[in-house]
Amino acid sequence: MGGSKVDIKTNVQSARLTPKKIALYAAIAVFLVAAPVYFQSVGNVFMVRIFALVGIYVMLALGLNIVVGYAGLLDLGYVAFYGMGAYSGVLLGYVFQKVVGGPDAPLAGLSYWALLPVAALMAALTGIALGTPVLRLRGDYLAIVTLGFGEIVRIALQNDIFGLTNGSAGLPRVGEFIVPAAGQKWTFLNLSTSTFTFSKDLFWYAVVVALCLLTIFVIRRLDNSRLGRAWVAMREDEVAAAATGVNIMTTKLWAFSLGAMWGGIAGITYAYWVGFISPESFNFMESVLIVCMVVLGGMGSIPGSIVGAIIIAGLPEVIRGLAQSTALSRFLTAEQASRIGDYRFLIFGGLLVVMMAVRPQGILPSTRRARELTSEEPIIEEENTDLWEVEHKHDLPHKL
Amino acid sequence: MLLTVENLHTFYGQIEALKGIDVEVAEGEIVTLIGANGAGKSTTLKTISGQLAPREGKIVFAGEEIQGMSAHQVAAKRIVHVPEGRRIFPRMTVEENLEMGAFLRNDAEGIAADKEMVFELFPRLKERRQQKGGTLSGGEQQMLAMARGLMAKPKLLMLDEPSMGLAPVVVETIFETIERLHQEGITILLVEQNAAMALSVADRGYVLETGRIALTGTGKELLTNEQVRKTYLGEV
Repeated sequence: MGGSKVDIKTNVQSARLTPKKIALYAAIAVFLVAAPVYFQSVGNVFMVRIFALVGIYVMLALGLNIVVGYAGLLDLGYVAFYGMGAYSGVLLGYVFQKVVGGPDAPLAGLSYWALLPVAALMAALTGIALGTPVLRLRGDYLAIVTLGFGEIVRIALQNDIFGLTNGSAGLPRVGEFIVPAAGQKWTFLNLSTSTFTFSKDLFWYAVVVALCLLTIFVIRRLDNSRLGRAWVAMREDEVAAAATGVNIMTTKLWAFSLGAMWGGIAGITYAYWVGFISPESFNFMESVLIVCMVVLGGMGSIPGSIVGAIIIAGLPEVIRGLAQSTALSRFLTAEQASRIGDYRFLIFGGLLVVMMAVRPQGILPSTRRARELTSEEPIIEEENTDLWEVEHKHDLPHKL
Repeated sequence: MLLTVENLHTFYGQIEALKGIDVEVAEGEIVTLIGANGAGKSTTLKTISGQLAPREGKIVFAGEEIQGMSAHQVAAKRIVHVPEGRRIFPRMTVEENLEMGAFLRNDAEGIAADKEMVFELFPRLKERRQQKGGTLSGGEQQMLAMARGLMAKPKLLMLDEPSMGLAPVVVETIFETIERLHQEGITILLVEQNAAMALSVADRGYVLETGRIALTGTGKELLTNEQVRKTYLGEV
């Protein structure tokens, strides 16, 4: 079996740190540090913000990848958990601020750190609350219900639910009390010099990168755990997985709540960084984009989700940046250039169609998922299903 | 009795598939359920293993009532259901399939020893340990399904139609293995359409007809029973 031999090889390779891999990781690390610092030093804060924004989407894609990629549950309302993290983080931030004695109190700057686990927990609990009734549904039905849930959350936020969310006007200036306003110095940590400003955006970029690394670490561990194995088994055959002792309900709930948790972490981080949240940041198109990132990159693959997030979240921003720069002015008028960003959904749509046709397993697929979608190895399943169905015609007369 | 099933009624929607089934399995026995398509053989196994909930009746395993438990809870009692149509994990390797069989166990050494044991029982699987389950032949998949079941150290092994869709030579190998497992003291509840084969290895058998037990007796008694010979063994 040629196929299986290749597979053993790749497994061994992925487990070992080859010099090539070390070089690649080192190059990525240098880039992650040097690029934003460079952009900051030349005063291009726009690019630093894009880096941080892409990082937020990397977290979201990795979180959704647990649900869609590992557990095989299509969640089209993932953005609800993102919003949950953002709103609970901000609303509790107001409380925190009051408790410690106002926005200028020395402890006020800690509110993000104190509330990060709280927002993560709130989102995870929301995931459990939604998952418990809904995870009995399968496939399309689950997708529809989660889609509805995402919209309900957005509409509830828009309608100023419980008088907390301030409707479409959003919640302003949450970031004010955790970082010094422009021109002020950091009280506890001052990395700025006379020629280089360690800006708020650079700070948040560093936080986002740290959280992404944490996410990658945790998800890798999960992937190799008993729970990870249970996810794969469940995705392949729910009945057989249950027969080997996998508790389908709790295994699904773990996937759902862990995924939601990362949505929450990304949400509170986004809220405190940007300093303003409104329901429009958590609309259905965001959910779709995150699903696209996971699918484009390769379901069940960590590098895949990262690459998918970089492409989908990063490219339009880069295009927009280019449009504003002088590079394109020779070919396009300023007005045409400024509109390139408007076509991004068209571009993604086309990209996804091409991907599905050319490389359905994604850009950087996981080895197992690639197996599920390519026909290199014959999977002898038809025989099983046919016999199974023939046999069950009698067992399930009400279904026929 | 290791397993006692009493007055079991199971429904698919409005259709009553089991109309009061009584089955007993003693420790170390092979008991077989035979009968035509739709008689309720597989439904009985599915109800015992928790895939279906009975509307009425009792299932007592090792002194404990287990009816209505979910499948993973029944699996934790070490009742192992090797389902019809094998249902191995097609994209996992043979070895990963076996490891899934030991999902509820924590003893790494015991698992490794049992893996060697099933490889000894099914040498073909050892040859193909790194191959994907879905690429195995039908017979090898059946072996893998049984081996995966054995990895859970079953107190009761329930085999649903292990001969289904297999070549006669392979069926013989499968039944030889069943006999060997029996000799090693494993309790087996076997559902089969191949009544002759099943009755020849079984200590006792039950004949199911449209959701009821029509006949019961030792394997030999049933093999020589005229009605069984006519209906299930194809003799005139």
